[in-house]
Amino acid sequence: MSAQTLSLAKAINLGLRQALIDNDKVLLMGEDIGPLGGVFRVTEGLQAEFGEKRVLDTPLAESGIIGTAIGMAMRGYRPVIEIQFDGFIFPGFDQITSQLAKLTARHEGSLSMPVVIRVPYGGHIGAVEHHQESPEAYFAHTAGLRVVTPSTPHDGYWMIQEAIASNDPVMFFEPKSRYWPKGEVEMDASGSDLHTSRVVRTGTDATLLGYGPMVNVLLRAAEIAAAEGRSLEVIDLRSLSPIDYDPIVASVQKTGRLVIAQEAPGFVSVGSEIAATITERAFYSLEAPVMRVAGFDTPFPPAKLEVTYLPDADRVLEAVDRAMAF
Amino acid sequence: MQYTPATVQLLSKEGKLVASDAAAEYLPYIEQLSDQQLRDFHRNMVVIRMIDVDAANLQRQGQLAMWIPSLGQEAAQVGSGFAARPQDHLFPAYREHAVARIRGVDPIKLIALLRGISHGGWDPKENGNFHLYTLVIGSQTLHATGYAMGIQMDGATATGNLETDEAVMVYFGDGATSQGDVSEALVFAASYQTPEVFFLQNNHWAISVPVTRQSRTPLYLRPSGFGIPGVQIDGNDVLASYAVTRANLDAARSGEGPRFIEALTYRMGAHTTSDDPTKYRANQDVEFWSAADPISRFEAYLRSRGEGDQFFADVAAEGADAASDIRRRIHDLENPAVSSMFANVYSEPHPVMDAQLAWLEAYEASFDGAEGGHA
Repeated sequence: MSAQTLSLAKAINLGLRQALIDNDKVLLMGEDIGPLGGVFRVTEGLQAEFGEKRVLDTPLAESGIIGTAIGMAMRGYRPVIEIQFDGFIFPGFDQITSQLAKLTARHEGSLSMPVVIRVPYGGHIGAVEHHQESPEAYFAHTAGLRVVTPSTPHDGYWMIQEAIASNDPVMFFEPKSRYWPKGEVEMDASGSDLHTSRVVRTGTDATLLGYGPMVNVLLRAAEIAAAEGRSLEVIDLRSLSPIDYDPIVASVQKTGRLVIAQEAPGFVSVGSEIAATITERAFYSLEAPVMRVAGFDTPFPPAKLEVTYLPDADRVLEAVDRAMAF
Repeated sequence: MQYTPATVQLLSKEGKLVASDAAAEYLPYIEQLSDQQLRDFHRNMVVIRMIDVDAANLQRQGQLAMWIPSLGQEAAQVGSGFAARPQDHLFPAYREHAVARIRGVDPIKLIALLRGISHGGWDPKENGNFHLYTLVIGSQTLHATGYAMGIQMDGATATGNLETDEAVMVYFGDGATSQGDVSEALVFAASYQTPEVFFLQNNHWAISVPVTRQSRTPLYLRPSGFGIPGVQIDGNDVLASYAVTRANLDAARSGEGPRFIEALTYRMGAHTTSDDPTKYRANQDVEFWSAADPISRFEAYLRSRGEGDQFFADVAAEGADAASDIRRRIHDLENPAVSSMFANVYSEPHPVMDAQLAWLEAYEASFDGAEGGHA
């Protein structure tokens, strides 16, 4: 049983289960995570196995969930919260940014805040307003938080356990569009640390960088480009805060070109930050400006427009063409 | 808003024990107190008032960026603070200086916070389980409720032993009752039946906005809609504050679920030293509450029990000593090290913190030896 073929949703489910087994201070909290197993079924079966004291169906109040989780962490527990959808995190934003993120500093280190907040995020599910957003930049901007996002079932299984083991608060963004495709999960070892980025396809002409739901899009773009004789390297960022820059810098030093892709709006975003830093750290290696491919700077549109709003392989390759034209 | 027929009062404004059904219910808690405990009530009210007045003066002298006066609220705080048992956890807002001192927090730590040296920084475990001040209004009510849920999960409450069963008390003000977090805390507390007392100090003012803007109904009625019993007390009566809090905390720790106390009191001073109450409130209210002062009525009560001039002179001297001790020690407070900015943002190593600290140290070092460079 060293490897299993699992969906991301099931892999995270098994990762949560393992964390509940490993440490009896680990608790799950959220809306509809008990008998229903969450609206995406990520917690399916866990309340039945571990009981209502370990897997809490809470009242419908995000600030209440996060604020009480903070109190439980003060008591020595390790709460893992499920926010139902990306757009529903904002009622809890104050408790996350003003309290959770700052309490360790406010206590001058005598208190740690091992709280994980799981957030299903991103588009491609055809849902109504507030159900397809990518709010990760707000949290990456906030000191005191760690922000990660898996793109594969293997990373889902391991990164959730590593996030729960962290003594710092971790925002754990789960790409909804990747919940159901299956992939190999190595059950014996993760192969990397939580805050590392990873080259997932090697190439020589340009580097594509993305995270979460975009990684699969980038791999598809690289396939298409390869058929046209262009060799693209793909990096899965995995950690949005802190960012593991060394593999990105090494890749850009090799390829000379960087295209960053994300579903989130581009203005003041994770992609903006990386573009600025790579310009500082790899200026003389760059053959072209760092290109960004992002959601538009509009509210997420009604679902019938989402395929236009969300970056796809064609938009990525258009940016590659512009980079190569320099 | 002044006293109502529902207000539980044990000691009249003149310092006489009240004969009423409510008083009869709670007086047994007072009868168990020793003379020494009653003296401690008075001593703590006087000492914190003298520290408080002096701290406001220190702000005027430029020693503090700001001070948050507790003037007039000493009885609500001292009574409830003494009602808590050692194993209890107390979550303050930011005006609970008397409770902090009773639980063992050195007042110089409050001074350091308002001097701009720390954001609090004390370890609650080493300071009587008195948690840090929380400046975002009402946020701490959720932390307290979650903590109380943790106590339940640990099985550390409702075993039938009042000496060890744990409970939580959270302080907040009348302005906070309008915050969503307070309502959410009441929802969670009721839902999980937490061992917890919500202690509302209704001091009638949220900076410049009167409590009548926050609520059309008396606030002690608010929790009943959540399924939590509420009681209103005369918050300037230290005996009522002690007895009613003691009874409710012990009920909460005995598995009877959360409770809510509204202590009617009055913010005699400004919201903070940045404020000017003469711009928004009438003198007659201040006069009413001045006549209801918590310390003078308790002094009258103690004198009626035979306490003499010497005790009150000793307490005044102790308060003066405590205030002068603060004045002396404020000059010993050192500014925080530059590196402390980066030290505790995360519990575990973080590359950005390491890199930014290293950059800052190199930047600062680059001035060493330069003409006109700073040390």
